[in-house]
Order: sequence, then C-alpha cells, then structure tokens
Amino acid sequence: MSTAAPYLVAEKVGVALGRREVLADVSLSLERKSLVALVGPNGAGKTTLLRALAGLVPASGTVFADGEAVAALSVKERARRFAYLPQGHAVHWPLPVRDVVALGRFPHGATDPSRLGPADLAAVERAIAATDLKTLADRRITELSGGERARVALARVLAVEAPVILADEPVAALDPHYQLEVTGLLHAAAANGALVIVVTHDLGLAARFADKVLVLADGRLVLHGPPAEALAPEILASVFRIAAFHGGHDGQPVVVPWSAT
Amino acid sequence: MKADGRTRAKTFGAAAALGTGGPTLALTAVVLVLFVGSLAIGPVKLSPLAVAEALAGQGSETARIIVQEIRLPRAILSVAIGGVLGLSGAALQGLLRNPLASPALFGAPQAAAFGAVLAISLGLVNVLSFALPIAAILGAFLSVFVLLAVAGRNANLLLLILAGLALSSLAGAGTSLAMNLAPNPFAVLEISFWLLGSLEDRSFRHVALALPFIVVGATLLMAQRQKFRVLALGEETAQSLGVDVERLRLLVVVGVALGVGGAVAVAGTIGFIGLVAPHLMRPLVGWDPAKLMVPSALAGAGLLTAADIAVRLIPAATDVKVGVLTAIIGVPFFLWLIVRERRALGGGVS
Repeated sequence: MSTAAPYLVAEKVGVALGRREVLADVSLSLERKSLVALVGPNGAGKTTLLRALAGLVPASGTVFADGEAVAALSVKERARRFAYLPQGHAVHWPLPVRDVVALGRFPHGATDPSRLGPADLAAVERAIAATDLKTLADRRITELSGGERARVALARVLAVEAPVILADEPVAALDPHYQLEVTGLLHAAAANGALVIVVTHDLGLAARFADKVLVLADGRLVLHGPPAEALAPEILASVFRIAAFHGGHDGQPVVVPWSAT
Repeated sequence: MKADGRTRAKTFGAAAALGTGGPTLALTAVVLVLFVGSLAIGPVKLSPLAVAEALAGQGSETARIIVQEIRLPRAILSVAIGGVLGLSGAALQGLLRNPLASPALFGAPQAAAFGAVLAISLGLVNVLSFALPIAAILGAFLSVFVLLAVAGRNANLLLLILAGLALSSLAGAGTSLAMNLAPNPFAVLEISFWLLGSLEDRSFRHVALALPFIVVGATLLMAQRQKFRVLALGEETAQSLGVDVERLRLLVVVGVALGVGGAVAVAGTIGFIGLVAPHLMRPLVGWDPAKLMVPSALAGAGLLTAADIAVRLIPAATDVKVGVLTAIIGVPFFLWLIVRERRALGGGVS
C-alpha cells in the first residue's frame, strides 16, 4: 500500500467559522485502496475536515485529488471524485429506494432516475446488490427502518463509484449488526480500490477495520498511523481522556473503552 | 434482476417522455375542456361548435367578437397564470423541501402588488405599460429574496412563514399607504378592485404584457426541476453531488418573481393556487418533486380557469372576483393541510 502514489493530499488545510479557527494546519496524504478512520473528541473538527476535503466549506490551504487542486475542479468533476455521506442521511420526500440510489449518478449526468443509461443503470444495480437492497428497491424510503435507510444512504454513495468516499458517522444510531455490516461494506469498497475516510466515535470499529487512523483534537491533526499506534493507551489518555482495554482477536487489535480518566 | 431493471427503465422512459404519463395526458385534456368552456360560458352562452366557428373566423360577428376579443384573452391568461402559479408552488416546495411552501404564504403576490401600485401611484407608469409587470416582478423578487435571506440557509417552516407574514404585512401596509396618498378616489377604487384579483375585461394587450414574463419564468423553473430531487437529500449532500445550491436558489427566486410578478401585473393578487395545485397532484403522480412540476402547472391552470368560469356562473349583483374565490376555497384547504400534517409539522417547526 505504501508503494502506491497518494491520491488525496492536503497541505496546511484550515477552516475558520467567523473568528473561530475550527481546523488549522492539517496536512496529510492518503492512498486509494485503504480505509482511514478519522477519530477525535466532540468538537475536534472531524466533520469540518471531511467537508474541507470535499470542498464543501471554504478552507485555506490546498487539497489535491489525483494531483489536481480540488478548488479548481468544476462542481460536477469534484462530485465525481468525492462521494459524501453526511450524518443522519435524511431524505425529505418519500422517494422510491431505487431513485434515491440513482441520485448517486447525478454527477455523471444522469439527472433523471427513470431514464438511466446502461452504465448508470449498471452502477445503480451494483450498489443495490452490494448493500443487499434488491428486495427493497421499489419501496418508498419512508417505509424503511433506520438500519435499512442507512444502507440506502450507503448505496447512494457507492453508486457514485468515486475514488474517494467520505462518510460522516455512518454507523451512529445503528444496532451492532448494522454497524458491522455498514463498516464491512465500506471496508469492501476500500478493498475494491477506493480511499474511504470514515468519521467515527467507535474506537473498537476503528481498530478492527481501519488501515490507518487519523486522530484530530482541537482542530489539529495529532497523529496518524496504523490503529495500534494511533490508539495506543497514552493517546487515548491524552486526547480522549479514557483508559481502554487493549487486546487481540483473529489477528486484529481490539480496543474497548473502559473508563473515563 | 438486471433484466427486470432494464425493462422497468424502458417502460418508465416511455412514461417519462410523456411527462408522467397518464395523469399528465388526462390533465391536459381537462385543461383543454376548461379552456373551451371558458370561451363558451358567460352572459351569452355559446355552443362548443359556435366557439370553434368563431375561433376559425366563421359564424356571427357578435360571436366572433365575444370569443376572440373578450373571452380568448381571459382564457389564455387564466391558463398561463394558473399554470405559472402551480409551477411556482411546486418549485418553492421542492427548493425548501416542504409541502406547505407557496408564493402566497411568502408574501410574493402582495409584494408584487405593492411594486405595481407604487409605480402607478407615483405616476411612473400607466396600467397598460410594460413598466407595470417589471415593477411587480421587482416587488416579488425583493420579497422572496429578502425572505430567504432573513430566514437563513437551513430555515425551517416556522421561520419562513413568520418572515413571509412580516413581508406580506409590510407590502400590504405599503399598498395602503400608496392608496391613501393617491390623488383621486376613483384611482383608489380601481386599485382596490384590481388587488382582489380578477381576469375580467382583459385584452390581448394584457396577454402581451404578462405572457413573455410568465413564459420565461416558467421555463427557468422547469429547467431546475431535476435538481429539486437531489435537494431531497439536503443542501449539503446536493452540493456534494454537484448541485450549485446558491445558484439554484437564485434561479428559483428569479423564476418565481417573473411568473408571479407577470401574473399580478395583469390579474392582481390570486392566492393559494400555488399551494393547492401540488397537493392535488401528489396522490396522482407521487412525491418526486421533479415529476410534480408539469402536473402542478396543469392543475393550477385547470383550477384558475375553473374558478374564472365559476365567478361568471355565481348569481350576484356585482361580479365576484376570482382572487376572492380562490382565497375562499384555498384558506380552508390550507387549514385542512395544517391539521393533516400537524404531527410532521410539530417536528419540523420545533
């Protein structure tokens, strides 16, 4: 993995909301085919960093995607490179599941879900199959449970087939089964060649699935490295103010937050 | 499963080529019938055959004058104005992701009326100049623009309605002031009747005055329709999918202002068509905000034309104004909507 050229490079990225600096001096370079967990306490600037990487908030510094400055890309081109999964994944109208997933093809020029070209249709079908939504595809989104809606939101993001997937707490409010399932799907997307960046509060899932962990505190990047390094006891104590159980299972690190310190 | 998907896409593609298929065709037929009805019904009743003859330049001279010069402009205006009001309602509901949004609730017609009345009372324009729709359009644009600016980016409905209430009160007060200061009482009477909303005694001069603005506004709104579907995912996600939300908002405001301003300039304030039309269409064509646009326009056209026929049939000493009729029907409908959506609204408003 370290031999691949980095796809996403950030140089001294900062974001100020009014006079408050919510993100400062973040530099990183990340390769495709990897799952990156972005962790940090509440208010550390995780969502802001995700938005800055996707070009959704005005930011200082530069973000490069595949060697090109993101700020210089057209809105559509940027949308083809970054698939963004926000928190909460609200859908305001009771649209059919298939139409919601097809919105992922909007950046590719497929503006009407009922008239998709063969390539767009194939991408939608792949996303629906990957998220196991075939039986629900013609239902209205409002008829689904929270876990099913999370899968639809993920399918919509997968349908973009973008080189970078940015997911903001995709497993929050899901039961353990769906947490593992959704994280597994993101992991599979990374294995298929995407760079997947996931904001999460679940350090256990980060340790279990991430190739790399970015630790953010007070708007600054404190550390980035493999889970064992980034989630070491002294980091958890200083950044998260917790003590954790550290172990291993199936050759994967296990981190279970244990007590507040 | 893949083959299923393709067949489905094909049948839906065919349906999409006809708008939303069956309902759209049926609605078009209804609007056509009402259009002919509007040419046939009035103090002098004409048969559809007589109407057709008169349109073709045949038949008696009286019938020709009644149909071509008195009723035809009125029918064209009712279809165009009803249509653009329905379209504006559907577009605003799509933009704001809220089924209770409509131009009238946001004070757009009132502000357009204020723009027009101000221009008249300042003596800047006469009632038949092109400056009148422009003044009305400016009024409507300003009100919707200020509304969205005041209510903020992720405004909930409570904020929007409060801001709309404030703006329509302000526009109403401004209109009253302009009438207070008007030089002669007949002008005041004329303005107040015009404010009630009517299509009576409109000529092709009025059609020429309003139609270009209405057509441009409607075209602008129609061109945005696919983006309303993306907006169902919220503004940030829509942005991430390549929709320039700021630009979309501006285009919708301009489109609504052109349509509503053009309509108000010749017909006064006609409310509630924009609110009612999309609601009537949802059970027929579904909730997809993009697919709702054409049916809403047709429903608006049908509603206003039907209302305009109804005011000719209601026995009264003086004519009932069509704007009064749409409000009398529209307000209870709005209250019923509030009751029906009370639970969802409680969540959205808090």
